[in-house]
Amino acid sequence: MGLKSNLHKFKEKNKDKKWLPGFNAIFTFLYMPNETTHNGTHIKVADDLKRTMNTVIMALIPCLIFGMFNAGYQHHLALGEIGNASGFFDSAFWNWDNLVIGLWKVLPLVIVSYGVGLGIEFIFAILKGHEVEEGYLVTGMLVPLIVPIDTPLWMLAVAVAFGVVIGKEVFGGTGMNILNPALTIRAFLFFAYPTWMSGDKVWVHGAVERDQLIAAGENLDAISGETILGSLAQNKAAGYEIMDMFYGIIPGSVGETSTLLILLGGLFLIFTKIGSWRIMLSSVIGALVMGLIFNGVVSSGWITETSKFYGLMSTEFWQHLLIGGFAFGTVFMATDPVTASQTNKGKWIYGFLVGFISIMIRVFNPAYPEGVMLAILLMNVFAPTIDHYVVQGNVKKRMKRLKAKVA
Amino acid sequence: MGLLSKKDAALIKDPLADNNPITIQVLGICSALAITAELEASIVMAISVLFVLGVGNVVISLMRNIIPSKIRIIVQLIVVATLVIIVDLVLKAFAYELSKTLSVFVGLIITNCIIMGRFEAFALGNGPWRSFLDGIGNAFGYGVILIIVGFFRELLGSGTLLGIPVLGDPIEKTGLYSIGYENNGFMLLSPMALIVVGIIIWVQRSRNKALIED
Repeated sequence: MGLKSNLHKFKEKNKDKKWLPGFNAIFTFLYMPNETTHNGTHIKVADDLKRTMNTVIMALIPCLIFGMFNAGYQHHLALGEIGNASGFFDSAFWNWDNLVIGLWKVLPLVIVSYGVGLGIEFIFAILKGHEVEEGYLVTGMLVPLIVPIDTPLWMLAVAVAFGVVIGKEVFGGTGMNILNPALTIRAFLFFAYPTWMSGDKVWVHGAVERDQLIAAGENLDAISGETILGSLAQNKAAGYEIMDMFYGIIPGSVGETSTLLILLGGLFLIFTKIGSWRIMLSSVIGALVMGLIFNGVVSSGWITETSKFYGLMSTEFWQHLLIGGFAFGTVFMATDPVTASQTNKGKWIYGFLVGFISIMIRVFNPAYPEGVMLAILLMNVFAPTIDHYVVQGNVKKRMKRLKAKVA
Repeated sequence: MGLLSKKDAALIKDPLADNNPITIQVLGICSALAITAELEASIVMAISVLFVLGVGNVVISLMRNIIPSKIRIIVQLIVVATLVIIVDLVLKAFAYELSKTLSVFVGLIITNCIIMGRFEAFALGNGPWRSFLDGIGNAFGYGVILIIVGFFRELLGSGTLLGIPVLGDPIEKTGLYSIGYENNGFMLLSPMALIVVGIIIWVQRSRNKALIED
């Protein structure tokens, strides 16, 4: 008797128990369930929801690991213990000391995110008597990657609870939500605890402690871990090399800094046909168009250097793709199959507007330098409307063709 | 209740729960979102509406047989407006700071759909005593929700109740493991009021399945 058949017998024996969905979740996590669709059309495919989710997580792992190294690197760099890393493969970046700090700081975020989120999913599944859905697997991995490194764990837990219950469960769980749950969680954190989510102290671990030491009278330099977006919004120079921005050796939320690894993750998602290349591409086009418009405004001289928008407006249009969370949002959040548009034409419109509005919010609202989050949430709300008009347009076109044929 | 007949008691009890003007009829949402960031403002708003709706219902009920039906809305508006102006002036005279917090929302009681709704639906067709009970019943139903929302928003958003700190000082920033109280700024924004009202509706309907409509 193998473990699987024992577990299966156990399942049969406890068929009527209330906690069975909780058991099933663990059981199907270990083994392929024998259950198949009961009625309707059958399509034989290998990629069920679980495989889809796992593919996205695989695409996220490089960002997570890079984020850990980066957390330690930024910490040690700010304390002046190591020099600047030159290039992507510098040993000043990829070393054990950095990873230890990263593990120490990032793993708790991952554990809390999964613990709270899956806990709530289990409770809801048992209360409502349906199976536990896999939707939280990806959300739980996204959340620690898009928060500042020093986010207190209880805040993360509160935000996850809010995001899962209000953002997802009240609509009926995975597949029914209007808003991307990970971004709902991020938005909750952002609006609830703004001082912990922005400024120049939260992005580098150790900056706050250093401030307290200085306040206590020690003679040290303050750490300024300003993000590039933060600097630009204050009309200061970005202060980082273009290649560093591309590699992601810059301060920022845990896993969103490395455009290089996000690009690789994105290619992986496109290659496995999990993520929509239409959304990614059109979003990049949208951002570039908006960036070009702003560059045009600057070069035509409408905006002077004293304007508060000058810093971000004069940023080269293509650099917008490298800074902030734009790349991460576009590849991993905007492409969420549940909350994005479903039709192909709709995806183009949706993606384009995500990119376009992200850069617009980024430039015009320095209080919310990360426009990607708000842009995607906004477009999530409009996605069904876009789909509706795309479908109606198609219906009209075909009706016309039909009439022409009859006449 | 010995004081009231069963039918009359229902006039007060129903709006408190199963026919609540906010959570069931979804009326008066605007003011529920706007002024519930502080408990004190919610309570004052609840009392104001209690006064306006209680007195207004009686006045309309007394006049119900002499109001020409073509101009009844205008008459109702005049009654509400008069009562609201009284409330506004009283607030300005005795609680000036508070009336500044409530600002236009006292004046906007005029547009509160619950009031016009009760005038139209009840006071025009019932005697003064029953209209009075109906008025204060609905005002209580409205006020209860306002106070619940105000309680949670002020408690979690500012850490105070009626302006008195109850949750202690905000925590210092010490990174990942810092623990303690921190003001939740989101609670003070109007969307959160809507979400809190939504949660109340959710709890109420999951306790009483008869209220769920498709």
